[in-house]
Amino acid sequence: MADPQNLITVSGVSKVFPGVVALEGVDFALRKGEIHALMGENGAGKSTLIKILTGVEQPDQGRIELENTAISIKSPQHAQALGISTVYQEINLCTNISVAENIMLGHEPRRFGGIHWKKLNELASQALARLGIELDVTQPLGIYSIAIQQMVAIARALAIASAKVLILDEPTSSLDANETARLFAVMRALKQEGIGIVFVTHFLDQVYEIVDRVTILRNGRFVGSFDIAALSRVELVAKMLGRVVDELQALAHDKGQVAPQTEKGQLIEASGLGLRGALQPLDLTVGVGEVLGIAGLLGSGRTELASLLFGIATPDSGSLSIDGQQVTRFSPQALIKRGVALCPEDRKAEGIVGDLSIRENIILGLQGRYGWFKFIGRQKQTEIAEKYIKLLGIRTPSPDQLVKNLSGGNQQKVILARWLVTQPRLLILDEPTRGIDVGAKAEIQKLVLELVKDGMSIVFISSELEEVVRMSDRIVVLRDHAKVAEYDHAVSDRTLMQTMAGEA
Amino acid sequence: MTQRLKLSVLRHGPLLMTITIFLMAYIIGAQLYPAMQRPQAFFNLFINNGFLLILGIGMTFVILTGGIDLSVGGVLALTTAASAALLNLGVSPLVVMPLMLVMGTAIGLGLGCLIHFFKVQPFIVTLMGLFFARGLAYIISLTSVTITDPLYKYLALTPIYLPFFAKAYIYIPTLVGPALLVVAIYLAYFTRFGRIVYAIGNNEQSAALMGFPVGRTKVLVYGLSGFCSALAGIVFSISLLAGYGQFATGVELDVIAAVVMGGTLLTGGVGNVIGTLFGILIEATIISILQYNGTLSSWWTRICVGVLTLIFIGIQSGFALRKKK
Repeated sequence: MADPQNLITVSGVSKVFPGVVALEGVDFALRKGEIHALMGENGAGKSTLIKILTGVEQPDQGRIELENTAISIKSPQHAQALGISTVYQEINLCTNISVAENIMLGHEPRRFGGIHWKKLNELASQALARLGIELDVTQPLGIYSIAIQQMVAIARALAIASAKVLILDEPTSSLDANETARLFAVMRALKQEGIGIVFVTHFLDQVYEIVDRVTILRNGRFVGSFDIAALSRVELVAKMLGRVVDELQALAHDKGQVAPQTEKGQLIEASGLGLRGALQPLDLTVGVGEVLGIAGLLGSGRTELASLLFGIATPDSGSLSIDGQQVTRFSPQALIKRGVALCPEDRKAEGIVGDLSIRENIILGLQGRYGWFKFIGRQKQTEIAEKYIKLLGIRTPSPDQLVKNLSGGNQQKVILARWLVTQPRLLILDEPTRGIDVGAKAEIQKLVLELVKDGMSIVFISSELEEVVRMSDRIVVLRDHAKVAEYDHAVSDRTLMQTMAGEA
Repeated sequence: MTQRLKLSVLRHGPLLMTITIFLMAYIIGAQLYPAMQRPQAFFNLFINNGFLLILGIGMTFVILTGGIDLSVGGVLALTTAASAALLNLGVSPLVVMPLMLVMGTAIGLGLGCLIHFFKVQPFIVTLMGLFFARGLAYIISLTSVTITDPLYKYLALTPIYLPFFAKAYIYIPTLVGPALLVVAIYLAYFTRFGRIVYAIGNNEQSAALMGFPVGRTKVLVYGLSGFCSALAGIVFSISLLAGYGQFATGVELDVIAAVVMGGTLLTGGVGNVIGTLFGILIEATIISILQYNGTLSSWWTRICVGVLTLIFIGIQSGFALRKKK
């Protein structure tokens, strides 16, 4: 493997976590001046491999070489010193200190033993200019958008002297099309400079747009490394899933059969529902056994709508009725009692309790419904948990696995299970498939359609248009915190996109 | 430009508020009791509360990281008791003072290590530190021990007359607090250590992933607070010329209240030592107004500080909410 072109060579790396083999004999090589995609389903081992490369975790077995010299990466600091810089999906910067500090701190210019602020700000501005960005670097990072924060994170990664390897962990998941294009321009420029970029993403389009080679992992095992030009999309997906997938097409077919069932009457009726500063008054209905899609860009008011429907926020205008009965008290507790459930967008912060087991997480939902004083026997708990693990296909060795050790897709399924045990009538799904791989996505979509067949109503919020169109009976489009249009399921992606962007 | 102005008002709003309230309190006091109009009354705030400022500076750094240090009063009392005992044994004050500083720093570093390496809550660890240090002070002596050392006496009793102010004076130990404040400002704004303290307070995990030495910084912050506590103990024992385990009982809470009034958030990451200075000046002003009054119970100090702290927390949340929008 002594290829002089190789920046990083990983061979035979294994890592075992309690109850889960995260990586087993994985090989990976990154060349100078290439963009190398790391792909795989959730739970494939991408995150673990990255954590090993950045020194957060230590491998149990295997060998890592940097420019053909064996190394062991002891800590994130050590990785940086070696020239391996990382930008994480959840931006790991500090919002209270200035943009300039976020970029330069750790290798700040000094004068008379103290920080040379003027020079520090200059250097930070230059580092951002390299990425084509100009902003006031003396302001705290927190006042800027997520996209800008992402760019600042990249600037920091590069500002570290002699960065040879840049790892981008799902950098585009919170960027819009323009911002992504800008990021790609930056990535191409860095590639020209000879930097090796590891690019983790779930977006196939992006892979084919920018990547040179791809390494695929599945269930912690190495599937292979390929030149992207020699690998078709179907082959790529098939290798990721380990099977030939026509599930997505099949799904579209299913949908055609179950289509409109609005005759069964309305479950939710909102008129003039709004909250100053969050959502302009809008009318909305959800029929029994209907999927109502909500389309809109990040910040268009999608999440605000969900929190009104679930009683997290109290509207200051309009009314909401469930089954013809007016809702008078807005609190999650009151609305859960009326049969509303919400799977929030940020599952880590708002959805799961990572330190409890799958069984405990699922039972939490039931306990909320039964009241705290009703005792549910241990055996009954395990029974319920196992039923849902099987039903939703949660991949785990046992119901007593801690939820934090599961992959994103499986965590999402646990949240779903927790609500399903309470048998809700309206299920609000806020970005249920975000950050989840193709296979798990298809499973969750299929599950949603099955629930609808049983008469459950669903509000489906997603930023993936194609998914919204495929899943929904009707689609409401939000823009700038207001409802701008309503379509039936025959609408095209293109029309939707134009409405969302405000061109139609 | 106006946008920038608005941002900087939002950023420095809590500090401006603290300064305004201090000025208001002082002006009201001066109207009620003309004696407070003399410059000496103002300098007395520093003479009488210098040790609070020193403790407050250490505490500010700890709270900025998102931690808390309840041990400060205990370490202060231990320092006074140990100094008095050693001086009475005839040990030179030039040995005793550095020794006390080393002891305070060591206690702080020890507590910091427990917090960092054993992942115990700072509240519990420093509470234990408080009991330990105060207990040790009583082991040294159950009663107040008078200090007769000539250097301590000289430092305690020799006024320095200030230029520009007729007859206004301070003592040498009075200068320690303001001098430490200058050092602390430098530490907070011009060193990597200071900036990492802010970063840790905002998000410890992020700070670690950015490659900062989170563990070392946290341990050092408690070491700094221990150093400040011992320094405050030395200043305290000089001004009272005595050492006693019962000195400064409950002072940790006064200090925390002052830090909070100064605009430092208990959740960490936001605040500064200048605010702490004014937080302590507010407490000091209330105390001195009550002393000039002479008839009111001294417990009114606590009541006023309690109410003011509550108001400050309200104002801070207001600013924080504004910022988010």
